[in-house]
Amino acid sequence: MSLAPLVFSLLFVAGVIGYIAVFALLAIWLERKVSAHMQDRLGPMETGGWHGWSQTLADLMKLLLKEDIIPTAADNFLFRVAPYVVFVGSFAAWAVLPFAANLIGTNINIGVFYLVAVSSTVVIGILMAGWASNNKWAMYGAMRSAAQMVSYEIPIALSLLVPILLAGSLSMQDLVKIQAGGFWHWTVLRNFPFPFIAFVIYFWASLAEVNRTPFDIPEAESELVAGYHVEYSGMRFAMFFLSEYANMFLVSGVVTAVFLGGWHAPLPALEIAAETSALGHAITGAMWFSIKAISLVLLQMWLRWTLPRLRVDQLMHICWKVFLPFSFVNVLLVSLWAALSR
Amino acid sequence: MTEPRELNIPLGPLPSDVEDVHGERMILQMGPQHPATHGVLRIELETDGEMAVRAVPHIGYLHRCFEKVAENMQWPQIVPYTDRLDYLGSMNNALGYVLACEKLFGIEVSERVRAIRVLAAELNRVASHLVAVGTYGLDIGAWTPFLFLFQQREHILDLFDELSGSRLLYNYIWIGGLSHDLPDGWLKKVRDFLVYMQPKIPELNTLLTYNKIFLERTGKVAVLPAETAIQWGVTGPNLRGSGVKWDLRKIEPYSGYETYDFEIPTGTGEAGRVGDCFDRYVVRVREMEQSLRIVEQAVQRLERMPADDVRAAIPKTFSKVPVGEIYFRTEATKGELGFYAVSDGKSKPYRLKCRTPSFCSLSVLSKMSPGLLIADVVALVGSLDIVLGEVDR
Amino acid sequence: MTVSEIFAKLSAALPGRGLTLEEGAVEAVIRVPREALIETARRLRDESELNFDALMCLSGVDRAAELEAVYHLCSMKYRHRVTLRCVVSKDDPVIPSVCSIWPAADWHEREAWDLIGIRFAGHPDFRRILCPDDWEGHPLRKDYAVPTSYHGIPLTAQLPPENTP
Repeated sequence: MSLAPLVFSLLFVAGVIGYIAVFALLAIWLERKVSAHMQDRLGPMETGGWHGWSQTLADLMKLLLKEDIIPTAADNFLFRVAPYVVFVGSFAAWAVLPFAANLIGTNINIGVFYLVAVSSTVVIGILMAGWASNNKWAMYGAMRSAAQMVSYEIPIALSLLVPILLAGSLSMQDLVKIQAGGFWHWTVLRNFPFPFIAFVIYFWASLAEVNRTPFDIPEAESELVAGYHVEYSGMRFAMFFLSEYANMFLVSGVVTAVFLGGWHAPLPALEIAAETSALGHAITGAMWFSIKAISLVLLQMWLRWTLPRLRVDQLMHICWKVFLPFSFVNVLLVSLWAALSR
Repeated sequence: MTEPRELNIPLGPLPSDVEDVHGERMILQMGPQHPATHGVLRIELETDGEMAVRAVPHIGYLHRCFEKVAENMQWPQIVPYTDRLDYLGSMNNALGYVLACEKLFGIEVSERVRAIRVLAAELNRVASHLVAVGTYGLDIGAWTPFLFLFQQREHILDLFDELSGSRLLYNYIWIGGLSHDLPDGWLKKVRDFLVYMQPKIPELNTLLTYNKIFLERTGKVAVLPAETAIQWGVTGPNLRGSGVKWDLRKIEPYSGYETYDFEIPTGTGEAGRVGDCFDRYVVRVREMEQSLRIVEQAVQRLERMPADDVRAAIPKTFSKVPVGEIYFRTEATKGELGFYAVSDGKSKPYRLKCRTPSFCSLSVLSKMSPGLLIADVVALVGSLDIVLGEVDR
Repeated sequence: MTVSEIFAKLSAALPGRGLTLEEGAVEAVIRVPREALIETARRLRDESELNFDALMCLSGVDRAAELEAVYHLCSMKYRHRVTLRCVVSKDDPVIPSVCSIWPAADWHEREAWDLIGIRFAGHPDFRRILCPDDWEGHPLRKDYAVPTSYHGIPLTAQLPPENTP
């Protein structure tokens, strides 16, 4: 029995954890700087010297050393476990993110299906956190979040159906492979306008999945103080924070893989195919993938600091009365197109 | 010591644990520490799901016994205490008190003092509305306009710092005059500020006022009919947001306001219904523009006016003042600020009652909240622009 | 309308109810006995030429043996103002509530009860507003002495003994 796949998997897991950690450190710092400059101020400047680059590290140290407070009347077990459920829900979905042709956790042939299913388990963790806190405000946040995330699963799944129909496969690598050859082959620009509409709907629906403004009702600071994680402090709070950023990258990664060419370079000349050099391709593929995904994360941050937040009924209205009909019609039209162009 | 007696407090039926578990109605306490209540205010919210069935505000967390203190202080010593009522609009509070005393004692001040008072009060109005509008955006979830507006407010605070020695609580307007005259070069700085501020309100309109999400969140939400507003004593931008053109600077002018050229913006139902949260908000934005107009006119006058002693009319002593009582009201930043002063001839007031606009605006909360979603209750409290320093005194 | 004209109109409408006009240094005040208060208030609000639809301020004043409630009213339509004074003795400090006529009186009357100790009969939600619900005494009374402690919290300053460095 060959150990190589097992070793590779373990290395990949370690790599992903490392990637998430580094990305979160970078993204949190970036968020603070982006928001600061958008708000006519500077953001972290001191910690570590150059523009406070190690501010997040310092915050992490502080959070680790904080007193672990659990409310007396809280459900002890659920309270402790909730942050990890939320993190695992997002972390497990990273297994099917295609960083490069030869760099993916596991190339199962139902990749997209697995992704959507596993990332929904985050809702369970959030509900656990809200309920176990024994705090009415946390309950409100958890309820709103559950309603929001569950509702937005549907436009997400329907939007993902469009590239699946075009590729004829649920596997993530297949969805990326059909986008070879330059940015004009990317799914978002093919068979215009249907995948483009799917891209737009998916992007907005994924903002709701990640609880980012304008859909950040569950954490609406000015109403619920901090929503479902109001009772959390120290490392447990850090886990929630980490999960949020991991989730942000996850949905951006999915958009990149499915709509924006994945690990392909924008121009064919810049591509290093998997056959020429496995390591070279892994590195450049992951680089292109990360660049695109991080640009989308930056876009998410930009939106957060510009737009106000929607009220929960308005959010539901948008999901059920706008995104859903559009996605349905979109899928229908794409199927017709695919059938007619056979 | 007064005898303690039976307290007859009529309490509503308190929910039993069983009712809570069945989850039909929940009682939430918003506050006293809460980001959206603009101070130490506790709102007891009874909710049915996301909808508020009843909202009862509980105040008194910031009660600092202003009226009792006033009975133990000499008339001019009360001015710093008035600063601390609505701490965002100190000049206006002091102006209201000082004008009440001047009318009661029969003191007349010079034109220069009047012009400086108007200038200070209007700059303060702009600063206060910048906070109101910025924090309202924050309540709705827009993080950025808050910081832009505070940056603009910093300029005003710097101007006041140079004028009176203090950024927020000035002790500048005294009974019979002012504490000092304008510093050299200060009027030039005010002019520079007006130039700086010129493009800022259109920028705010682009960023927040006409943002689709903001319009959705505040339009048609928590409508306050004009009738209800008048009955409940709501004044100021809240009343004007309901379409009533009522501004004491025009109705009962004081300190020379009748000689300035400015308009009174009212709510017109731009976002759906007259008297909704958007109307109250947009009235404040437009009022800022009008206040800047008044500031410009005041600066022009003061540039042409010869300097004179701003302390000329201050009485040498307050140990014997005329007997009488007066209720004098002014248009402070949040509405009608009234001082009911009773003098028995001594150096300290016999009774000083302060009728603050936020006190009355907040009282209408319990009438308006049934049927609103929680997010709308937050939007409503923000649009009423209350300052707890004023509510509790 | 001036206060004298308003007073004349009221006296004509409510003869023999004890309304008097007190001249003051700055403005005149109409003194209303508590039995006639509600009717006077209603007439002031509803009469076509009076139209006092806004209660600006309701204050309580402690005058040695008596308590006063002072009402400052204003008409949005005619822009005239009037002041009413209702005096009751400290032994029986009950005044009918005008909440049914001007809802703005709700919180003002609660404050007058809380700080001065005037009971407003018929108030819909009669309880203290600024002081805690179980506070004893009425702080703005001239003979008020601050209690020494509240639920174990000392309310007077504990100064250190004379000889501490």
